[in-house]
Amino acid sequence: MDRRTFLAGSAAAVALPAIARAQGSRTIKFVPDADVVVFDPVVSPSWQTRDHAYLVYDTLFGVDDNFQPHPQMVEGYVVENDGLLWKLTLREGLKFHDGERVLGRDAAASVRRWAARDAFGQALAAAANEIVATGDRTFEIRLKRPFPLVPDALGKPMASMCAIMPERIASSDPNRPITDPVGSGPYRYVASERVPGARIVYERFADYVPRKDGVLQYTSGPKIANLDRVEWSIIQDSATAAAALERGEIDWLQTPNTDLLPRLKTNKDLVIKTITPLGLIAYMRFNQLHPPFDNPGIRRAIIGSITQSDYMIALNGPDKSMWRDGVGYFAPGSPLASEAGMDKLTSKRDLAKVRKDLETAGYKGEKVVMMVAVDVPYLKIMGDVSADVFKKIGLNVDYQAVDWSTVSQRRAKMEPPEQGGWNVYAIYDNGSNQVNPASHTWLRGNGKAAGFGWPTSPKIEELRAAWFQAKNLDEQKKLAVAIQLQAFEDVPYIPLGQSIPFTGYRSNLTGVLNGQPVFWNIKRS
Amino acid sequence: MGVVAIFVFSLLYLSPGDPAAIIAGDQATTEVVEQIRQQLGLNEPFLSQFGRWIWRILHGDLGYSIFANQPVSQMILQRVEPTVALAICSMLVSVLFAVPLGVVAAWKAGTWIDRAVMAFAVLGFSFPAFVIGYLLIFGLAMWANILPVQGYVSISKGVLAFLPNIVMPSLTLGIVLIALIARMTRASMLEVLSQDYIRTAQSKGLTNTKVLVGHALKNASVPIVTTIGLAFALLISGVVVTETVFAIPGIGRLTVDAILRRDYPVIQGLVLVFSASYVLINLLVDISYTFLDPRIRY
Repeated sequence: MDRRTFLAGSAAAVALPAIARAQGSRTIKFVPDADVVVFDPVVSPSWQTRDHAYLVYDTLFGVDDNFQPHPQMVEGYVVENDGLLWKLTLREGLKFHDGERVLGRDAAASVRRWAARDAFGQALAAAANEIVATGDRTFEIRLKRPFPLVPDALGKPMASMCAIMPERIASSDPNRPITDPVGSGPYRYVASERVPGARIVYERFADYVPRKDGVLQYTSGPKIANLDRVEWSIIQDSATAAAALERGEIDWLQTPNTDLLPRLKTNKDLVIKTITPLGLIAYMRFNQLHPPFDNPGIRRAIIGSITQSDYMIALNGPDKSMWRDGVGYFAPGSPLASEAGMDKLTSKRDLAKVRKDLETAGYKGEKVVMMVAVDVPYLKIMGDVSADVFKKIGLNVDYQAVDWSTVSQRRAKMEPPEQGGWNVYAIYDNGSNQVNPASHTWLRGNGKAAGFGWPTSPKIEELRAAWFQAKNLDEQKKLAVAIQLQAFEDVPYIPLGQSIPFTGYRSNLTGVLNGQPVFWNIKRS
Repeated sequence: MGVVAIFVFSLLYLSPGDPAAIIAGDQATTEVVEQIRQQLGLNEPFLSQFGRWIWRILHGDLGYSIFANQPVSQMILQRVEPTVALAICSMLVSVLFAVPLGVVAAWKAGTWIDRAVMAFAVLGFSFPAFVIGYLLIFGLAMWANILPVQGYVSISKGVLAFLPNIVMPSLTLGIVLIALIARMTRASMLEVLSQDYIRTAQSKGLTNTKVLVGHALKNASVPIVTTIGLAFALLISGVVVTETVFAIPGIGRLTVDAILRRDYPVIQGLVLVFSASYVLINLLVDISYTFLDPRIRY
């Protein structure tokens, strides 16, 4: 090799990443927070599964930024028999990625599968006699009692949305994740390029038919795929991911590390903003089957010791654009959020009074087993702050440092703490899950049928049931106020504040929508 | 490997954590978690699960990943190339630098050259790999802008496409290994250089290079090759930190992900592959002894 050849080769090697970027202008490289573990949106409520699902699947209804439902795959619908019969018609020309037409029977089977697992879906299923196809493009929901929220349920935007899949897949066991992600969404999953833990690839679905009308917000309106490929790369190291974003090796980093945000914000080639205004809501969950937290007086007393800003500063730092305190039982910024009863969380904290209240409520120094997943930084922070507060108010805390996998297994145990159970842990929930009682898993009071912690509150259940029958938003709001006031009495959990995550993408990307990372409407300038 | 298989299976069976709970997710009820556990066969007794696993292994089937729903063998094969490529490049970097450094340090034992080499070795060994990785990223990618920060491009796409991504990870690991191999080379060379036949070779008028390379290094090479073999086996079994810092989809990351998710079939498959690779590499090292030292016979 002569000197010129060597120099030419070296220059080509150095320039290669830039050349690759230029060639890939219709490809977007996205780095999610984590890999997709389960590809079935009915089975897994994780963010990654949700974001995958919105690429691959379409929904019957979508919602705008105010969570109002609009027809999406549905062309239109009519309601008959005093609200007991919903007749829905699909748009023409809809196809699945396997080339088959989307038929009424696919939609009916998908709704049935989803309704078997999702809380909103379960409420719909409980009100329904049957969900059946009546033609190639039509299906019906036949109800035993009115359920005015059918569009809201079928268009719920957060995790565990009602994804439409072929009947052959949708008729499978709803508790067993599907292995064949075939949908009718704007992008199709490329199984051959999947590397678990490292890479997921989607290609534009040429036969996708976007709506021609509608509000282009969140999950509603025309979903126009401008990019040919969407490549997800799993980069576990946050500093590496941020450096890759700065150099243009990737186009979009879902959640840059908080510590790196000041540096990224100074880079004029990047846009750093939040697209998830409802963020993440931290909460403290009690096991209400065993002492001491089977005693509502003790749970109520603990509310008086919680300073949400302590948690939020520990988690996000002092910058108030990244968190919010004064958070109740519905996500701040959503229509049902209110100030009802909030003085219990926002009034001046008096820990001496809390100690007395605990005594009065009957606390006798029982051990409190606190599970803390120390391998997940934010969970450790929440655990540390909680343990500190508990010690200050005289609770006999047994801080058990475990890994997340152990918490995820152990929290399902109903046995007493001394037999491998637990008393309390703190964690995040998606703010979008807390926009209404239907999707709010933790705001239930149905005992052992409720989520981990198993709170019993007949009053909350009664109010929740009434909410499903509400005829308009005003009625819903009144019921939400009543639910929140009741929650401060029964304390199914304690809200600890709202973190607002930021996302970062290259400034040559335009059309990024609010809500969650979706890849339609995005263009590269 | 049989002992390893039994040990690993027992350990995983006894360890806390539950893949069913992870699959079911945050919103799941206890009943759903239990249903998934039953479907995955995780409620079956130890002997039944173990018997089924061994039977499959004997038929060459490592099973399916609980989460990825892919054959474990396919998942491992997907990850082998980046890890082997990284291991080979790191070994090349380290051997090319470490052996000459160790030889020179031994030849100039007690001088400032020796001390400088050993100081570098101590530093290289003391620096955590992630610090070296970040420093390289800062210097070569962010500041000089000549290498990509992360990722892996298969060598099948051309050497020029492959090289930019592998340089920094290889240097990161190479610096640690240089320290290890240079120290071992120095120690081994010092022992050989004090032998009578070296003095004889020198008194015959051979050049320093011939004495060092032709006589001393060849006779000092058995422990050096052993160290290189062990280091290579270590690299094959996964270099988690380096793979994580440079986002290389190798076996190390696969192992950690599988452990965090309690993906038992993947963990079991990986451990078997690791133990097999250790056996194979040790065998190759043992065979190499017979070429390096004719006195060794098996």
